Amino acid sequence: MRDTVTQTRAAEIGATGIGKRFGTFTALEDISLTIARGEFLTLLGPSGSGKTTFLMILSGFEPPTTGTLTLDGKDMTGMPAESRGFGMVFQGYALFPHMTVAENIAFPLKVQRRSSAQIRARVDQMIEMVGLGGHGHKRPAGLSGGQQQRVALARALAYEPPVMLFDEPFSALDRNLRAQMQGEMRRLHRETGTTFVFVTHDQEEALTLSSRIAIFDAGRLQQLAPPREVYERPENRFVAEFLGDINILTLKDGQIEGRAITLPGAGRSGDLAIRPEYMGLSLAEPATGNAVPATLLDLTYLGATTKLELRGPGGAAMVLSLPTAETPPGLAPGATLWATWAPERGVLL
Amino acid sequence: MTRRHAILLGPLLLFLAAAYLIPFLGVMRWSFTLPEPGVQNYRAVLADPLVQSVLWRTLRICALVTVITVAAAYMLSLIWVRSGPVGRLLVELCILIPFWISVLTRAFGWLAMLSNRGLVNTWLQGLGIIEWPLVLVRNEFGVIVGMVHFLIPFAVFPIAASMRNVDERVLMAARSFGASRTRIFWQIFVPMTRPGILGAALLVFVFALGFFITPAILGGGRSVMVAELIYLRLFQSPDWGLAAALSVVLMVGVGALIAMLLRQFGERTTPR
Repeated sequence: MRDTVTQTRAAEIGATGIGKRFGTFTALEDISLTIARGEFLTLLGPSGSGKTTFLMILSGFEPPTTGTLTLDGKDMTGMPAESRGFGMVFQGYALFPHMTVAENIAFPLKVQRRSSAQIRARVDQMIEMVGLGGHGHKRPAGLSGGQQQRVALARALAYEPPVMLFDEPFSALDRNLRAQMQGEMRRLHRETGTTFVFVTHDQEEALTLSSRIAIFDAGRLQQLAPPREVYERPENRFVAEFLGDINILTLKDGQIEGRAITLPGAGRSGDLAIRPEYMGLSLAEPATGNAVPATLLDLTYLGATTKLELRGPGGAAMVLSLPTAETPPGLAPGATLWATWAPERGVLL
Repeated sequence: MTRRHAILLGPLLLFLAAAYLIPFLGVMRWSFTLPEPGVQNYRAVLADPLVQSVLWRTLRICALVTVITVAAAYMLSLIWVRSGPVGRLLVELCILIPFWISVLTRAFGWLAMLSNRGLVNTWLQGLGIIEWPLVLVRNEFGVIVGMVHFLIPFAVFPIAASMRNVDERVLMAARSFGASRTRIFWQIFVPMTRPGILGAALLVFVFALGFFITPAILGGGRSVMVAELIYLRLFQSPDWGLAAALSVVLMVGVGALIAMLLRQFGERTTPR
């Protein structure tokens, strides 16, 4: 059954110089990117960063103030939402409360005037696909949050849209359900091969799901890259600090506190960022390699890892995440230590 | 209910008992005892051709008034809830200003508009559209116009409330699937506002059943409704027993409808 849902209608979207102003407020400025056919792109950012506005522009519900949009190379800037035919899944599910699960899923198919036999077959198939067998006759109010979200997914996927747009669909779900739905999303993306664009403010969700992440802040696109690259090679301080913990040290003329630091690339001054899990610990000053002196402030045992909070050069707050097995026993707050890292793990912002 | 609630509610319950319950029981007694003990008054309600014709006319007028009022209120609410600031202000003025004017004033206002020498007829004659004045009052038409006008604001409030409850994202979802505006309106928006429509219809119908002043003035004694018949049986051709029986029937009917109304609105507030 499952292999029959495979489809090839995935589309490519291009955005050039997209900007959006509400009165005097600039919500988006000069966004240019290409969303590849069949890609899973996440729009990530804090609230008010412009990520949802960008999704609304992609959907056709908000016209951009400047810039152009293309769908498979053809201009679609002025095309209204109802003509784009994208599947949308909203925060809060947006199901039709007066219709059953089956009727909800059938709605887009009826709009497309498919035959009733075709609609029935497709609805049954979608209900099975999202694991809601036996719930077809129920109203949304009789379902749990997770089940309602599955209905919303099935409804949007049912008519094989070339692009699926998701506006923070899992923000109302609890942690376990969220993880389960994320797994489901990846499976549906794989099975349908459709282009997915997903808005979230949850960095973990973005790292787990996407093939690429677009990070937004203050209406601007900060970085667009695969999850690993965004996390390990942030392009600026915002991206570095937005995704997880990071240590930022001030580098001057290739030195920190008089000790020469080896960098992976060019550049001799600026903010040097290193992820906590890529830093090591030394009780005495190492003879070679990158290291900075630090004072241990606090130590938290987290099972597999131990988290160390340090005060580094110039009073900089630092965090180290060490495998518990590699943490020297008898460490106590107040101890003086050396934090070390491999040259290729440092990123000069 | 806590003890404090009971103490606070006490005076109101006492007042209601003294002002409504005891008199109602008295009226009920009359209906079984005047002019002599028995159920002959209720038999008259069920069988007397005059009473029957008044009851049927009342139901017919109320049903028509309900349909017209709810339809008009739905359109007004739609403009009120979903249009720009100018439309909103206009609707607010159209709803609120009549709301503040007494029912008597409004009935006489319609009389001035619709009578043979009223504004509508003189204009139409002046424009040469009609030769003889149209009979617009002292009949059911006049009664219906006056009642609809009075009742529209009462229907607008529950309908507008249910429209405000419609999640914009649900409509956006329907649009993203390519549904036309007509389809979204009839298949999504109207069904989602059903509780408001039903609530408004019940409210209007209940109100309309007891209408007295508007039918008395605009009907001119020719389209007598049940409330006016009770008045006539009390003060013009005295038959207090029949008037009492009609009152009890009206009261029970209205009570049943109000119970339905409360269930309708109770359904929305209690979580399933």
